[in-house]
Amino acid sequence: MTHHPHKDYAGAKLGMWLFLFTELLLFGGLFLLYAVYLKRYPVEFAEGGKQLNWALGTANTVILLTSSLFAAMAVTAVQRDELRRTMGFIGGTILCAGGFMAIKYFEWSAKIGHGIYPGSEHLKTVPPGESVFFSLYYMTTGIHGLHVLIGVTLLAWVAAKVKSGSVHAGDYVLLENGALYWHLVDLIWIFIFPLYYLIL
Amino acid sequence: MSEQQHIISYRKLTVIWLVLVALTALTVGITRVDLGGYKILSALTIACLKAGLVIAIFMHMSNEGRLLRWLLFVALVTLAIFIGLTFFDVLYR
Repeated sequence: MTHHPHKDYAGAKLGMWLFLFTELLLFGGLFLLYAVYLKRYPVEFAEGGKQLNWALGTANTVILLTSSLFAAMAVTAVQRDELRRTMGFIGGTILCAGGFMAIKYFEWSAKIGHGIYPGSEHLKTVPPGESVFFSLYYMTTGIHGLHVLIGVTLLAWVAAKVKSGSVHAGDYVLLENGALYWHLVDLIWIFIFPLYYLIL
Repeated sequence: MSEQQHIISYRKLTVIWLVLVALTALTVGITRVDLGGYKILSALTIACLKAGLVIAIFMHMSNEGRLLRWLLFVALVTLAIFIGLTFFDVLYR
């Protein structure tokens, strides 16, 4: 009996893109807050921005770009039915994500060690604009970091599906959508990086 | 897959990655020197360029049909209206 379950690839991808647009608007709102407060507190934002380590930010940018490269290569590999390579590339993405989160961890713990975290005693003594800067910094990089963790989980699940044989050259929309989600994480960081680490 | 698939070669992806890394180096470089007001403009222009490359190539948007392209356009215009109207208020308060 040849019974094929109904699959709607175009619909699956359309749904993913619609979801990504809502994500874009979520982070768009955070960037909007940043822009309005930067306009109101330019001096305090500059003071806060100088305390972020741009070298670590640059390292994380390159790491995320590389992770995106691996994710895109994983899609190419699955299209060519090179399944071992597909899993290897997904592994590369996950490794990069681990590196990103490790650097993020060092950055955050250094800041928290200096008493810089939302509601800290230290931030009560600095001008309000600087406190707003760090609140936005934690909020934006925090939600972004959460997306990194979700993306990694998603991709690890897809890799397991590749291994079990349910994702292959004939049916790979799951990997395509997982990669799309991962690229969004990279896309958001492309804007976080200059705004928080470079221009202030 | 039912539709014809567009496979992007490893080579092309690697070239795009190199361009992205080069643009990152460029944006770090030019924001280390004092450009005054042009700092934000140049950094954001480069960020938009990088985002465009990621969307077009890594996310395969350049191979997608009209529907997804238009939806992307609508989403970006919505975001622009959001930001534009907010600043129309904030700047002239």
